[in-house]
Amino acid sequence: MIAPRRGAALEIKGLRKEYVSGQGSVVAIDNVDLRVEAGEFLCIVGPSGCGKSTLLRILAGLDTQTGGTIKVHAEGWAVENAMVFQESGLFPWMDVETNVRFGLETGGVPRAEADRRVEAALKLVGLVRFRKHYPHQLSGGMRQRSAIARAFVTEPAMLLMDEPFAALDAQNRVILQTELVRLWEQTGKTVIYVTHSIEEALLMGDRTVLMTAQPGRIKRIIDVPFPHPRDLMKLSASAEFGALKLDIWRVLEEEVMRARAEMEL
Amino acid sequence: MSARSRKTQERLLYLISPIGLLLLWQLLLMAGFGDRRFIPAPTDIAVRFWDMIISGELWLHVGVTLYRVFAGFFLGIVPGIAVGLTMAMFRPVRIFFDPLIASLFPIPKIALMPLLLLVFGFGDASKIAVVAIAVFFPVIINTYSGASNIEKIYWDVARNYGASQSVMFRRIVFFGALPTIFAGLRIALAVSFIVLVASEFVATKAGIGYLIWNSWELLQVDVMFVGIVSVGVLGLIATVILQEIERKVIPWKAE
Repeated sequence: MIAPRRGAALEIKGLRKEYVSGQGSVVAIDNVDLRVEAGEFLCIVGPSGCGKSTLLRILAGLDTQTGGTIKVHAEGWAVENAMVFQESGLFPWMDVETNVRFGLETGGVPRAEADRRVEAALKLVGLVRFRKHYPHQLSGGMRQRSAIARAFVTEPAMLLMDEPFAALDAQNRVILQTELVRLWEQTGKTVIYVTHSIEEALLMGDRTVLMTAQPGRIKRIIDVPFPHPRDLMKLSASAEFGALKLDIWRVLEEEVMRARAEMEL
Repeated sequence: MSARSRKTQERLLYLISPIGLLLLWQLLLMAGFGDRRFIPAPTDIAVRFWDMIISGELWLHVGVTLYRVFAGFFLGIVPGIAVGLTMAMFRPVRIFFDPLIASLFPIPKIALMPLLLLVFGFGDASKIAVVAIAVFFPVIINTYSGASNIEKIYWDVARNYGASQSVMFRRIVFFGALPTIFAGLRIALAVSFIVLVASEFVATKAGIGYLIWNSWELLQVDVMFVGIVSVGVLGLIATVILQEIERKVIPWKAE
């Protein structure tokens, strides 16, 4: 079943981020224009250093832009965004349950309501039995699931995900991708998912934004034609999927070659 | 080799060096090297130790010393931890305290003893104060370095969830620094024994430091050794207790 699409819509105009240091300045992001629809699963793909993580951090309020505007339409949502990081970012000194509860505690959600939501989130990611475990006692996959539960439990208008599965082994990655897509299909939240893997982006997202490196600009936006609900395993084995992946790889390859040529100059 | 027998072997190895040293000491004296009036053999010390336990004399000094050590220790570490954490959270606080620490830390705290006697008098208060001052600095430095080296991602997560300063302090900075704080407490514990025993050399009529100094003046070298060994034993016990507390308080520390 697919939930109605809800969540924040986003309008980014002329976004620019410049880092100034003693050695001069580096433009991490330049002139990024992007509209994100409410409830959309948007993936951002690009090589290392294309500013995709910086973009996400700005959206999360962890960094500020040098120029441009971001408008978030998140009416009716108490929490605007919650971020899931590549390294789970679970607090090692809290057990799973306390970690998941963290965003509710800071948000001042009443105890009974918090209990109910934590319970539901643990069930959602299949960690009820591990609620009293500390992060170091969990596998990488379980840690990321806890991190996802911690984000979901705050019921944010959008989820910002920064290569959350990059550090996992292949099997676990597929399992978690499948679970995330299922969660998204059930909740219809806006998801902005940063990855360096084209395959991952096409498997999960509605649209894929390709970015170029140094400075980070939007090269192309691809509408991913595969309908939801998706069976990721089946999809990844299909001919259409392979063809689309190849197309995009061509675009990216050109970009990588150009960047390399510039470096050698 | 099984893990178990290796462990037994390591335990034996652990005991060999101190026992071997004592044995060598005993044998040299029995063979006539050295004068037993000035350098007592381990057995002489053991006998005197036992006598002093039976008579209750040792307990008196141990009790006084323990009271002063722990009172000073707690009075020093609580503000030390608080200041260290605040320094890590607020830059102006750090800038304010940095030169004070840099200039006051290197002063041998025992050099403050006359001043403290002047202020606090000859009772326990001056000894407790010198211990508190001595442990304050290593605890500040460890707490500060622990709290300021908390990985950036934890700050990011907390900020992303809109944590207030107070939540940051109680839930992130304190716990993130806790392992390093405990490393500081271990140093502080040793420092408190070192400073206290030295301070008890003067202006007091009880405590292990007094026992050691008094036996020197009476040339009771065996009693002196009883005092020295007692400090070591007490330090060892206190450290073991602290480690147990650490294990309970930091359950997330990977074994």
